[in-house]
Amino acid sequence: MADSLDVAALEAWVREFARSVAEHKDELTALDSAIGDADHGANMDRGMSAAVAALEAAPPADPAALLKQVGMTLVSKVGGASGPLYGTFFLRMAGVLGPDPADDETFARALRAGLDGVVARGKAAPGDKTMLDALAPACDALDAALAEGQPLGAALAAAAAAATEGRDATVPLVARKGRASYLGERSAGHQDPGATSTALLLDAAVTVLSGSAG
Amino acid sequence: MKKLINDPADVVADALRGMAAAHPELRIDHENRVVFRGDAPRQGKVGLVSGGGSGHEPMHGGFVGMGMLDAACAGEVFTSPVPDQMAAATTGVDGGAGVLHIVKNYTGDVMNFEMAAELVAAESGTEVVAVVTDDDVAVQDSLYTAGRRGVGVTVLLEKLAGAAAEQGRPLAEVAEVARTVNAQGRSMGMALTSCTVPAAGKPTFDLPEDEMEIGVGIHGEPGRRRVKVAPAREIAEMLVEPVLSDLEFSGGDGVIAFVNGLGGTPLIELYLMYAEVTRVLEKSGVTVARSLVGSYMTSLDMAGCSVTLLKVDDDLVRLWDAPVRTPGLRWGV
Repeated sequence: MADSLDVAALEAWVREFARSVAEHKDELTALDSAIGDADHGANMDRGMSAAVAALEAAPPADPAALLKQVGMTLVSKVGGASGPLYGTFFLRMAGVLGPDPADDETFARALRAGLDGVVARGKAAPGDKTMLDALAPACDALDAALAEGQPLGAALAAAAAAATEGRDATVPLVARKGRASYLGERSAGHQDPGATSTALLLDAAVTVLSGSAG
Repeated sequence: MKKLINDPADVVADALRGMAAAHPELRIDHENRVVFRGDAPRQGKVGLVSGGGSGHEPMHGGFVGMGMLDAACAGEVFTSPVPDQMAAATTGVDGGAGVLHIVKNYTGDVMNFEMAAELVAAESGTEVVAVVTDDDVAVQDSLYTAGRRGVGVTVLLEKLAGAAAEQGRPLAEVAEVARTVNAQGRSMGMALTSCTVPAAGKPTFDLPEDEMEIGVGIHGEPGRRRVKVAPAREIAEMLVEPVLSDLEFSGGDGVIAFVNGLGGTPLIELYLMYAEVTRVLEKSGVTVARSLVGSYMTSLDMAGCSVTLLKVDDDLVRLWDAPVRTPGLRWGV
């Protein structure tokens, strides 16, 4: 198995996520207007733009340094709930990745460490109508596909499909965490903005990382 | 959207420049977006730090000054500030007696203040205690939700804990005052219109001309139910009764009664509402010890109000009457 998820590949992932967030900024904010406070698109765009600017100002040398810098930037620039949650996600991923290019299995472990960090910081569980509803099934699908011996491209596609399915499944849920939970039953019938941005993160991985390792 | 702004992206920074120009007695760290008392840190005094999303002015920056907060962190509109800001505020007000964080119960605010406290603990020896306000009876409290929102009680708490700190009480006692205030206060709000977040450019929710939202939050989160617009006397009952039924008030208990405007409601209507609120309280045998009427915790341009009742004893009344000198609240000086 080639050790080829290197710093350039991961940087491309971060840049593609930033581009996608900017493209979907209004959609994320519209979803947040329905059940939250109408700032998810603006906040994620501000944070990811700052993360890309930081990469350009001081290009990190290795995968761990790269995702640590992205995580710290998000914690420092975003605020709200998504800053600490996405920031913790990238910081925990950085903790697993280390200085060397990651193989498929290491990347999957890093993604799951990110998931565990989000759980610890946000004290939410799958089914609460949060970003976890996209992230948890994505981690499960990635692990399962790699265990079956599928190449990274196919495994990431399965993970992204699971994230999208999880995102869509948030529509009927009643929110139990975050601002949407204040609505009680009225939060049902709306797609969760956090799960939506997380699905974009997995889609970005498919777009840029599929051919990188194997 | 018609607003007195330059660029939606610059609203918070531009407003802080205005605060600095209007209030030379304050010191504003524009880089970290922290409003400091001009004489912070005060040696031997417990420092009070609060903060939250912008758009609720005068809360929190307008409550910085003698007898209230030592520093307030301004986030983006309706978005919690970040840990770096809170850490800068905390170290900036530490006069050796510790620092109290006053945090409204929102997922983002709580997480960012927690990360800030971890940051400060790792970098300095400053003792930090956090008190979280969660007084909104519109939200069902349960282990399975984010819990109740921090609303009107936060304003009263900043005044009362600020007075306790000004008297020189130690951190544990100031925190105890804060916890007591949160435990003994409840609020309920309503909206006649949505607010418009500058970056979004249009109202956060649609509310038909003949309807109002009961149990609304301060960020344009819709409330729990939508009903036809009613006379003020009926609205007062819709707001006061859930508050009274949530907190046992017995005959003779004195309260601070606080009618708060959400930003787009004129004072004449707030006084009219206050008259209706006192009528309901009288009927229920609740005595008003002190009152506060005005727009102190706003939701940008939202029309509507909230009612907060806080049970008070003699000590809390004395702390309420103590001098305060801030842009938003000022008496006895």
